[in-house]
Amino acid sequence: MSEYTPSQNIPDRQPPATSVGIIGWVCKNLLCPWYNAVLTIVSCWAIWSAVAPFWEWAVTNASISLDPEVAKQHTGAAWGFIRDMWPVFMTGVYPAEERWRPLIALCIVVVLVSLSLVASYRRSRWLKILWFVSPIVVFALVYGGGITGLPVVGTHYWGGLMLTIMLSIVAMLAAFPISVLLALGRTSDMPIAKPFCVAYIELIRGVPLITLLFMASVVLPLFLPAGMELDKVLRALVGITMFFSAYLAENIRGGLQGISKGQYEAADALGMSYWKKTIVVILPQALRIVIPPMVNNFIGILKDTSLVGIVGLVDLLQIAFATTSNPKWFGRLEEAYVFIAFWYWILCYALSSYSQYLERKMPSASK
Amino acid sequence: MSERLAPQDKVPFWRSPQGRAWMFQLCMVGGFLWLAVSMYRNTLVNLKTRGISSGFGFLANEAGFRIGEVTGIPLPQGGLLWFLLSLVAGLAISQLIARQLKSDSGTPMNSKWLSVSLFFSIGLPMLTLYVFRDSIEIAHYTESSSYFMALLTGLGNTLKVTVIGCVASTILGLLIALGRLSPNWLLSNICRWYVELNRNLPVLLQLFFWYFIVLQQLPNVRKSIDLGGWLILNKRGLFLPSLVPQQGAWLFCATIVVALVAIWVLRRRAIRILDETGMPVKILFPALGFLIGLPALAWLVGGQPFTLDFPVLKGFNFKGGTGLTPEFTALVVGLTVYVSAFNAEIIRSGIEAVSKGQREAARALAMNERQVMRIVILPQAMRIIVPPMTSEYLAIAKNSSLAVAIGYPEFVSVGGTILNQSGQAVEIVGIWMGVYLCISLLISFGMNIYNSKVALVER
Repeated sequence: MSEYTPSQNIPDRQPPATSVGIIGWVCKNLLCPWYNAVLTIVSCWAIWSAVAPFWEWAVTNASISLDPEVAKQHTGAAWGFIRDMWPVFMTGVYPAEERWRPLIALCIVVVLVSLSLVASYRRSRWLKILWFVSPIVVFALVYGGGITGLPVVGTHYWGGLMLTIMLSIVAMLAAFPISVLLALGRTSDMPIAKPFCVAYIELIRGVPLITLLFMASVVLPLFLPAGMELDKVLRALVGITMFFSAYLAENIRGGLQGISKGQYEAADALGMSYWKKTIVVILPQALRIVIPPMVNNFIGILKDTSLVGIVGLVDLLQIAFATTSNPKWFGRLEEAYVFIAFWYWILCYALSSYSQYLERKMPSASK
Repeated sequence: MSERLAPQDKVPFWRSPQGRAWMFQLCMVGGFLWLAVSMYRNTLVNLKTRGISSGFGFLANEAGFRIGEVTGIPLPQGGLLWFLLSLVAGLAISQLIARQLKSDSGTPMNSKWLSVSLFFSIGLPMLTLYVFRDSIEIAHYTESSSYFMALLTGLGNTLKVTVIGCVASTILGLLIALGRLSPNWLLSNICRWYVELNRNLPVLLQLFFWYFIVLQQLPNVRKSIDLGGWLILNKRGLFLPSLVPQQGAWLFCATIVVALVAIWVLRRRAIRILDETGMPVKILFPALGFLIGLPALAWLVGGQPFTLDFPVLKGFNFKGGTGLTPEFTALVVGLTVYVSAFNAEIIRSGIEAVSKGQREAARALAMNERQVMRIVILPQAMRIIVPPMTSEYLAIAKNSSLAVAIGYPEFVSVGGTILNQSGQAVEIVGIWMGVYLCISLLISFGMNIYNSKVALVER
């Protein structure tokens, strides 16, 4: 037996061509073993049979002319309908000469969001003040009247994507403080407040949103003093807010329970009062943990605002019926749905990607 | 520090945490009572001015509207009462036996006692059902029925959609999850985008899509898609042949139940032998023998158990067979597709959450791929999967109320019609909430029992 010497090392062999590089990847992920290849073929067929007719309808045979007569000569989609009705999809029956107001409101929000994305501006006090003022400015712009001197555009003119987004943002803002209180009540040991919060949360989570919307639209007026009328949009908002405050409260409760006991004890040891302890020590940590589930909750609100159509509001989804009953573009429901689905999908997908990004970025609770 | 702290004065009531909590709660109760009383008063005044009398008396009034899809409601008299009584008694007796055995010996019951308690909990009610089968009356809603009957019919439709939706979305979700976990890159990505597409679109939009676009593309009655009379699809819905029970049907069904019980007993025996001796027992062929042999025997003895009633074109529509209305089809398909995306994510993340070491350890014990999945991965994944799946099932029950938008006569949509006719808003909304709360509690109760079975047993 010869002694081992480094010079006797056998040079490393290259891995076989079928296990590295493009060929290796294709073999491993698409072709080997044989049933994988069958799956690949079936998948290709499935993609082809789903995408090809859609492509034909949406691109090959489609027309983009604003003239409905030209569109009728094409068998595919009439995207001219979307071009023609774009402002209606965005703002509903908002008066045409006033449409610049929602547009400016949108610009304000977009500018604020993009400023917030710049890390160095994010902590500035001015930006925070602007954020707090912006809802009032946006409402004043869109509604008009009062000191703005603009003509009043009542909420029954609001509709489309604008209404959908406004409903979800206002419902989220209104549900947030309620849900914090509910979560604090549920985690407390107060003998009356705790069962009350538990009952509210479980009752709301046990019933469908549509029954709450019906309650807000037909029963709520009965509860109010005679002569006091609530706006239709406001009533729907009450229903959505009641519904989501219960779901949000459960998420926030998760955050409250995720904080180590030491934090509570340390705050007590410093002699803090309940509210000081909660506001200075507990909530900042708890809310930070639950930002991703809260974003998911917001996605839920955004999707579920589509139910307000059932109680008579014209949101983004109901605009489909309003625009396609127009004799000029009668029955173009497919185009309308694809367009609406596109908006919902983009918004929800962007938000859910953002929440996943936050989740990845967040240090785990144990640190 | 030698000097001792002077004894504190007693903390005044309003500065102690307990005192503050009580004051806060008293304010809350006071505010709530004030709100409730003023709302009650306003409601009385408002109802008076609108000329609506409150109370649930209106439920007995004649409904007078048509319901497109009617489910039979068994009347609470005669046979049904005996059946319910024997069901409750049987469950109680088997519970008692289980408790007694546990307190006597501390061990779970052996197969002798198990079959006794099985007889009481399943056999006894079935026997009662068989004995009293002729005295069970099933009522069908007509226009002259009461509002109460209309609501019951709507509830029946809701439950039908919920049960079918739960089963179908679980199966579809499982398939999508398996597809996502597959090593095939293309298949896994198709499943991924299926999930991303469906869970980011509102369920109402999806229902509209199936109802107004997909089902409208179907041909007219005259040009139906016809698969040899077995399956007929057109704008009016989906038509299938229905089973008409004959003389031997009861015997036939009974033998299937017996065969299932026998298979279950066999399986328990096989598991026991595996635990005691380590020898696997193959039960596939005996099980198939029971499942096919017993009903076949019943067929021979009792004659053909069912005949098929085929749908036939008469006048403007198909008659006979089972017809699924387009509304029902759109609702079930829409809900199933929407919820299956969520279910797929739950199942996938449950399976992926089982640590890699478990799989490797099982492989190291020379288990094959099937055993790894069945014995090691799935039992652990189920613990993670079951709680979120419960909320998805609840979501199906609740989202079935969206049928009101496409006109399927389920609970909320029937209630909405009654609300428009009678104006009894408070009562109807109260009934809705109460009934949905009961359904939700029932589903979470059932799933909690199942969860306690699969949950980690602390030793």
